[in-house]
Amino acid sequence: MPETLVPALDELATEYAKARRDPKFKTELDYYLREYVGRPTSLYYAERLTKKLGGAKIYLKREDLCHTGAHKINNAMGQVLLTQRMGKKRVIAETGAGQHGVAVATAAALFGLQCDVYMGTEDMERQALNVFRMRLLGTTVKPVDAGSRTLKDAISEAMRDWTTHVRTTHYILGSVLGAHPYPMMIRDFQAVIGREARKQIMKAEGKLPDYLVACVGGGSNAIGLFTAFLKDKKVKMVGVEAGGLGIESGKHAARFATGSVGVLHGTMTYLLQDDDGQIQLTHSVSAGLDYAAVGPEHSYYKERERIAYTYATDEEAMAAFDLLARTEGLMPALESAHAIAYVTKLAPKLKRSQIIMVNLSGRGDKDVHQVARIKGVSL
Amino acid sequence: MSRIQSTFQRLAARGEKALIAYIMADAGADVIELGVPFSDPIADGPVIQQAAERALRSGTSLKKILATVRSLRTKTQVPLVFMAYYNSIFHYGEAVFCRDAVAAGVDGLIVPDMPPDEAGTLRPLAEKAGLDVIFLLAPTSTAKRQATVARLSRGFIYYVSLTGITGAKLTDKADVGKKVREIRRYTKTPVAVGFGIATPDDARQMAQAADGVIVGSALVKVIAEGDHGSAAARLSAFTRSLKAATLGNRELTVV
Repeated sequence: MPETLVPALDELATEYAKARRDPKFKTELDYYLREYVGRPTSLYYAERLTKKLGGAKIYLKREDLCHTGAHKINNAMGQVLLTQRMGKKRVIAETGAGQHGVAVATAAALFGLQCDVYMGTEDMERQALNVFRMRLLGTTVKPVDAGSRTLKDAISEAMRDWTTHVRTTHYILGSVLGAHPYPMMIRDFQAVIGREARKQIMKAEGKLPDYLVACVGGGSNAIGLFTAFLKDKKVKMVGVEAGGLGIESGKHAARFATGSVGVLHGTMTYLLQDDDGQIQLTHSVSAGLDYAAVGPEHSYYKERERIAYTYATDEEAMAAFDLLARTEGLMPALESAHAIAYVTKLAPKLKRSQIIMVNLSGRGDKDVHQVARIKGVSL
Repeated sequence: MSRIQSTFQRLAARGEKALIAYIMADAGADVIELGVPFSDPIADGPVIQQAAERALRSGTSLKKILATVRSLRTKTQVPLVFMAYYNSIFHYGEAVFCRDAVAAGVDGLIVPDMPPDEAGTLRPLAEKAGLDVIFLLAPTSTAKRQATVARLSRGFIYYVSLTGITGAKLTDKADVGKKVREIRRYTKTPVAVGFGIATPDDARQMAQAADGVIVGSALVKVIAEGDHGSAAARLSAFTRSLKAATLGNRELTVV
């Protein structure tokens, strides 16, 4: 990270460490998560999907029910409360799918903070609805027309803004990426997902699940679900990356399938890069998975073989979107549809007594236009 | 003594300040800073971002830049500093990079996204190879960080004149002088000021405050704007005007 930002990162690490120990901070965050976000979210037994796939029992952790429609608000609330403690009046964020941007715009409106969100112009196009939602919430959406015009460049631009306004602004990074303390702090804010899910499955089934499945862009919803189960050796975990148009096409964001270790945006992790160490362009139907790096903790668990990683292609994710909509009346976010796509392959191979728990990290309302476009339907 | 150190000493003996000219790897400066293009240059403003994009599109790579330096070294002994983002070096291999860079004739290295805290592997390798690692300080740096950088930086210390990115507007010039004086409490290593120095007038004022001035975006702009054929002449004229601004009280006869 640039020297200009190092003191701000140190300050953030110190403030976060203090907040983490402060029972008042926890009480306040719990209050907003309960009364405003709508936690705990339910753990729903998807009976028709289970029957249709004919194997393991499938439970959906319903993060799509959170206020603003995805798990991103868990982190946004935590960081906005932290911003208050640091006495900063302005927040900035990057966004890919727009879910993190909307979550930050929402939390900023709630606390009366000025908010600017950086978004690649390609993402603005495929997530036009979320762009408008942010504007309705009083946020300025700043188009980023550099490089791939997606999440990677939005993060770079947000970091440049932060470098320029570091004394008055807090940067609310949206996933378990970036320099310390971000990956750790964001994991902590998202770990509420797994804590709830663990209690809920014990209540419903009296035992732990056999598999946990979640999509992995930066990887915050996955790490949020997985963390509470990491010590349960028998619980297998699978992260699903974006296979885009297929690995062989080169147009994907499957970092673990073909990437190598490098450093981007202040973190050492698996990256998609060329022979010269230049970050490669990625592709995914879902803007939230369209990023060349993955959270460093995922790289750690990949190397320790605690979490397995696979990918689902655009086409498989679209099929999963349709399937879940028609069997359960739930439209998943295209990101979450990647996790569902893997479940459709996994569940039939397992016994009926086994349990798969999937993180339905967001709802698909934001993707309706994109889905229509892919299906060739004009609205 | 490294080529960078001896240049600063020679200039100081003449009452001059160093003009450090940044160019994207594609040249009257005392030190040349060669930008190694990276796809995601988070410390750079639009001018250098676009220069990097152009360079990458035309097929520039770290290997090719090192080859250019080797051939350049047969013509000039001017100190050459690389400005490269960490992933470029990490991907090349830190030890191999230090060896190849020194063999090619590179004297120093600025890694804008690598503060000393994160230089644990590269710094000792560079030191062993004889490559000066130049660290940066910023207006936000604490006294403790100033002391650390003053101790670890070789060749010179790069003081970032503003909280922002390259090519931004330099507004608080008085603060720069104050910060440079703070840094000098810890070290005799020369302090050069960069970011936002766009005109000979900026260069003159900053040269009064520090041992050197670094001009990047403004030079890249001179190359990028206007026709290709006359770029060298425009660059030369602009560099001379900047160099004149760093001569202190001396007459302009040397130029």
